Amino acid sequence: MTAATNMKEVLESKLGGVSLVWSAFRDQNRVAVPVSHIAAALQTLRDAGMDQLVDITAVDMLEYPGATDRFEVVYLLLNTTSGERLTVKTHVNEPELKLPSACPVWFGADWLEREVYDMFGIVFEGHPNFKRLLLPDAFESFPLRKDYPVKGRGERHNFPIITRAES
Amino acid sequence: MPLDLIDSPDLDAGFREGLWTLNFGPQHPATHTTLRLVLQLDGEMVIGAEPDIGFLHSGFEKLAEVLDYNQYVTIVDRMNYISPMANEIAWHHAVEGLLGIELTPRCKYIRTIFAELMRIHDHLLCTGTCVLDLGGATAFMYAFNEREKIYEICERASGQRFHTGYTRVGGLLYDVTDDWIKMVRDFCKTFPKAYKDFAGLVMKNRIFVERTKGVGVLTKEDAIAGSASGPVARASGVERDLRRDEPYLAYNDLDFDVCCAQGGDCYARFQVRMMEMLESLKIIEQAVENLPSGPVFISGTGKEGLPDKTEVYRSIEGLIHHFENIMPNRQMPSPKESYYGATESPNGELGYYIVSDGDFKAYRARTRPPSLLHFSLFSRMIRGCMLSDVAAVLGSINIIAAELDR
Amino acid sequence: MATEINKQLGDNVFLTTIDAAASWARANSLWPMPFATACCGIELMSTAASKHDLSRFGSEVMRFTPRQCDLMIVAGRVVMKMIPVLQRIWLQMPEPKWCISMGACACSGGVFDTYAVVQGIDRFLPVDIYIPGCPPRPEQLIKAIMDLQDKIKKTGTYDAREFKLRILPDGPKRFDEDELVRIRERNGFKLDEPKYDPIH
Repeated sequence: MTAATNMKEVLESKLGGVSLVWSAFRDQNRVAVPVSHIAAALQTLRDAGMDQLVDITAVDMLEYPGATDRFEVVYLLLNTTSGERLTVKTHVNEPELKLPSACPVWFGADWLEREVYDMFGIVFEGHPNFKRLLLPDAFESFPLRKDYPVKGRGERHNFPIITRAES
Repeated sequence: MPLDLIDSPDLDAGFREGLWTLNFGPQHPATHTTLRLVLQLDGEMVIGAEPDIGFLHSGFEKLAEVLDYNQYVTIVDRMNYISPMANEIAWHHAVEGLLGIELTPRCKYIRTIFAELMRIHDHLLCTGTCVLDLGGATAFMYAFNEREKIYEICERASGQRFHTGYTRVGGLLYDVTDDWIKMVRDFCKTFPKAYKDFAGLVMKNRIFVERTKGVGVLTKEDAIAGSASGPVARASGVERDLRRDEPYLAYNDLDFDVCCAQGGDCYARFQVRMMEMLESLKIIEQAVENLPSGPVFISGTGKEGLPDKTEVYRSIEGLIHHFENIMPNRQMPSPKESYYGATESPNGELGYYIVSDGDFKAYRARTRPPSLLHFSLFSRMIRGCMLSDVAAVLGSINIIAAELDR
Repeated sequence: MATEINKQLGDNVFLTTIDAAASWARANSLWPMPFATACCGIELMSTAASKHDLSRFGSEVMRFTPRQCDLMIVAGRVVMKMIPVLQRIWLQMPEPKWCISMGACACSGGVFDTYAVVQGIDRFLPVDIYIPGCPPRPEQLIKAIMDLQDKIKKTGTYDAREFKLRILPDGPKRFDEDELVRIRERNGFKLDEPKYDPIH
C-alpha cells in the first residue's frame, strides 16, 4: 500500500492541476486520467518504476448502467522488481476516437494497441505500423463494440462454395 | 552482410533487390498452429519477419459477454488447448477475485495439483514437438506417452479427457475420489524415470543443443519492455513467478523453486521448461500427500457455490438451491466493478480483466494472452538467425494460436 | 497333373475386378494431410503418437504438402480468415481425394456461434466423414478412418468416375429460406409475419 501512495505522489506532482480519480477495489489500485494527459501520465509512471505494460484493453460502455463516456481504455502496469500493479484508465468518445500511442514508452504496446483498434476502432496516433491485427483487412466492423451482434452481420457466410465437380 | 549495415538508408538499391521474401504458413508443420510469417531473407539469413495472425480468431471475448461465469468455462478451455485446465483455473481465479470468494482448502489443493499437472502437460508437448521439428521424432513419442497418463487423470476426475470443464465458481464440478489420488501418486512415481529418458533425448541430443544454443536471443531489457512473462521471461533472467510473487491457491503452503536461466536463447527457454517440470512434480507430490478433507464447494446454502449433484437429484432443497444458482434472473449479483486476476499459466501470465455490470455475467472479459505478447517479440528474436532457426524459435516460445487470436 | 496345378492355383490366384483391387489399394494407403487448426489438432497428434498409433490402420504417412495427399483431415474450427486457405489447399490436392471433418467446430461451428467462425466447413467444401465430439477421442478418429476405408472400398472405381457423379457437396444441404415460407404457408401462417432468418 505504501508503494501505491508513492505512485500517487509521483503522478500528482508531475501532473499538477489535472483531475486524477483514484479508486481501489479489493487490493487493486486504479487511476483515471483525462485523455489529454495520458501520454504524460504513462511516461511518468514508466520513469517511476512501472517497467512492464501487462495489457492494454478497452471496454465499450454503451450499455453500462450509469456510464457517461463511450469507451474506456485500460492500461495494466506492473513493476517487475517490486511486483506492484496499477491500472490506468482513460475515456474516449466519438467522434474523437484518438489516443497517443504508448509504443515509444513500452514497445510491447505495439500489438496490444493494434488489437484494440481491431476490436473497437480506437486509433492510436504515432504507432509505427498501424493496421488491423486479427481480422482480415476487408472486414469493416469493429466486433467487440456493443452494437455489433454476437453472430455478426453475415460475414462468415460470404465465401464461394466448392463442389465435387469443381475440385 | 552484418545487420547494422542492412539498416542504413544509404545501402545501394542493388542489394535491396537481391533480398527475397518468403511466405511461411498459415498451414505449415512447424507453426503447429495457424499463423503466418512473411520473412525477408538475405541468402539464408532472416533480416526481417512480419507476423500475420488472426487465422484462428473466433470471438472468445464476444462470447464472454453472453455466457455467465460458469458457462464461459467451456469456452476458456478451448483457449490454450495444450493445457486446458490452466485456463479454467485462471478464469475462475479472476471471477472469484471479483466476487470476493475464498475457496475451501480441499478445492485449493485439487486445483493446485491440476494446475501443475497442466504445466507438465504443456511443457511436454512444447518440448516434444519442437524436437520433432528439429529432426528428432523419438522424444515426441515419449512426451505423448506421459501426456496420455495426464489425460487419464483428467478423465477420471471430470469425465472428459481433453476439455474438462472442471472448475466452477466457488468450487469444482465433482470431488475427486481415492482412485484418482492413487492415479496421481502412481504418476508421481513413474514420471521421474520417463522424465529422465525424455530429458536424455532432448537436452543431451547434440543436434538439438547446437540448433538451439545462441539462437533467438531475447535480452532481459527487451523481455521486460516487451511484456514477456513466464518461461520466456525467466529464461532471459527476469526473476518473476506469480506463484511466488502473488501467491494464489495453495502455493503459499508448498515448497518450490522458481526456475530461471541467463542465456535468453532457445536453449535457455527449454532448460527452464525442463526444470519446471521437476518443480511441478515436487509441488504435486506435496499437495497430494497433504490433501485436506472437507467439501470442495464453499458454503452449502448460499448463492456463491453450486450444490452437490447428488443433493440436486435427491432432495427438493438441493434442487431449489441449484435452480437459484442457474436461472439467469436469480443468480448471485456481482459488484459493479472491474477486476484483473492473473495466474501463472504454463505459458506465462494468463490474466482476465473482468468488467461487471452487476449480473452473474461479464460485461466485458478481456484475456491477457501470454502467446500474443511473446509472438510480438518474435521479429526481434529471429533477426539475424538462419531460416532453419525459425522452427526452433517458434517452438521455444510455444505459440498457441487459439490463445494468440482468441 | 492338371488337378495338381488347379490345387496350386486355388491357393495363390484371386479373381477380382480391377475396380475392387484399385479401391482396396487406395483404401489402405491413405496419406492424410493434417489441416490442424485448433484443439482437435492435438488429438490428431495423440492419435498418431505412441499410445493410439494410427499406423496400425495404414494411414500414418502425414504429409504437409497437399500435392502428396489424398485425405484432408480438417481438425479444428475454421474461421473467416482461414477458409480461403482451406479451399486453396483442397483445390491443390490431386484426385482422388477425401475429406474428414473432425470435431464439432469443423462440422457445425460447435460452441463458437460467433461472427468469425464458419458454421461448418461443409458449407464451402465437400466432406465425406463427420466426426462429432469436442474434441473427438482418438478412437473416434480411428473409427472414422476405418469407415472411410470401407467407403472407398465400396464406391471407388479405377478411373475415379464416381467423383464426376458427385456434383453437390456431400453432407447436409444449406437451409433453403423459401422452404420455411412453404412450411408456414402449409400450416396457415401469414406471410407478412417477420421472416425468421435462419442464418442469424
